[in-house]
Amino acid sequence: MSNRVGEHTVTFSRGPRIISSHTVVGPLEGEGPYALDFDEILPDDELGQKTPEKTERLMLEIVLEKTLQKRNTKIDDVQFIIAGDLLNQITTSTLASSTFAAPFLGVYGACSTFAEAMGLAATLLQGDFAEQVLIGTASHYQTAERQYRYPIELNVQHISSNQHTVTGAGAALLGFSDQGPQVTHATFGAIVDMGLKDAQDMGSAMAPAAFSTIKQHLKDTGRSLEDYDMVLTGDLGKQGRKMLRILLTKEGVPGLERLQDGGSQIYSESQKAGAGGSGAACIAVMTLGYGLNMLKYHKAQRILIVATGALLSPLTVLQGESIPCIAHAIALEA
Amino acid sequence: MKPQEYQKLVQENSPPRPLLRNMLWAFFVGGLICTLGQLVLNFAMQAESTKAEAAAVTLAVMILVGTILTAFGVYDELAEFGGAGAAVPITGFANTVTSAAMEFRREGLLLGMGAKMFIIAGPVIVFGILSGFLVALTKALILGLF
Repeated sequence: MSNRVGEHTVTFSRGPRIISSHTVVGPLEGEGPYALDFDEILPDDELGQKTPEKTERLMLEIVLEKTLQKRNTKIDDVQFIIAGDLLNQITTSTLASSTFAAPFLGVYGACSTFAEAMGLAATLLQGDFAEQVLIGTASHYQTAERQYRYPIELNVQHISSNQHTVTGAGAALLGFSDQGPQVTHATFGAIVDMGLKDAQDMGSAMAPAAFSTIKQHLKDTGRSLEDYDMVLTGDLGKQGRKMLRILLTKEGVPGLERLQDGGSQIYSESQKAGAGGSGAACIAVMTLGYGLNMLKYHKAQRILIVATGALLSPLTVLQGESIPCIAHAIALEA
Repeated sequence: MKPQEYQKLVQENSPPRPLLRNMLWAFFVGGLICTLGQLVLNFAMQAESTKAEAAAVTLAVMILVGTILTAFGVYDELAEFGGAGAAVPITGFANTVTSAAMEFRREGLLLGMGAKMFIIAGPVIVFGILSGFLVALTKALILGLF
């Protein structure tokens, strides 16, 4: 197992890179502080589609298509598509990928899906099972609300720990090239369940998963947070970010100033999006937009993406189960 | 860290809910809706012969108002700060039915909208009828009507 280091981390000595990517976001995200980092901002939430589910599917098709176009790659030269989303049976991914004639692997990790897909893609490349792998995730505020919560127009008062599902999609093509950010490590997380049951506060539930994966990654690689110019956690939201900081401080981990959180930052304070963004698209567009631009414009040399997911379902919530959570870490270098 | 320890830590570090602000807003928004209802009732009293008939007209009007505000996407904004003040009056009940009907319309008229428009209002009806029955039964027992 020469491609492993420590207990949960795999390394990619062959140097797979993100050789192309594309992001689209909805109008709300397009008004946020990271608007300039996204490739495409949609004029509305519908794109002329009859249902938000169709819009979500179309967004994923757009990013997959444009990612290939940017690199002038045909789908025939891609050995795997790995995609996922939040909807039941990940139908957004399967419907969107049905127009691409490449072997398809569906993944689900809630809001951590994108990092899972990227880690698996890099693993396939390192193992010489593929030359190019296309990955993508999408989410839509309205489809997630109806699946996990309530009808859009219902009289619900949101509380400050509620997160707002990001409308958007991100796709990346991983392969070998001398350009583009290199994927060096992936630390796949174990499920962490602290027994929290409040689906209104997923940030607090996910923070221990992020903490566990970060700790594992640092232990496995012998690195510290200070070895990264940025550690971008995904979708913890303001409440989860606070809990992660408390956990890391208690453990005495230095370098907390390197921590940033995609969910907490994707919307500005005035946008009234509760604790911040979430959804399968959130960390995807923040990584491929903000993260890659940091590397591209030399504001960062090495970043760690820690995507978190709350693996609950509306059914398990009603049945009183706790919320199992996960976090996957991906190390990227310019 | 043990789960219990972490749960305690979360409890200690959860932001307090703005109870006073929420209650004041609920009082204000709920009061506003009820004042509107009273105005409609006063108006209806002039047209209808009995108070029961006027009340029926008022309910119908308020349901219509709730439905229209929901259809235009206003009612959920009202509830965002009005909370229970917007949820409890009959306009809120109209909102639960209309919002569900709008949401599930895309799965078809019959199995979508028809089957699911009472998905949130359903429990209110079930337990409303049940509690109404129990109160009536208690009254009948106390007054010895059996």
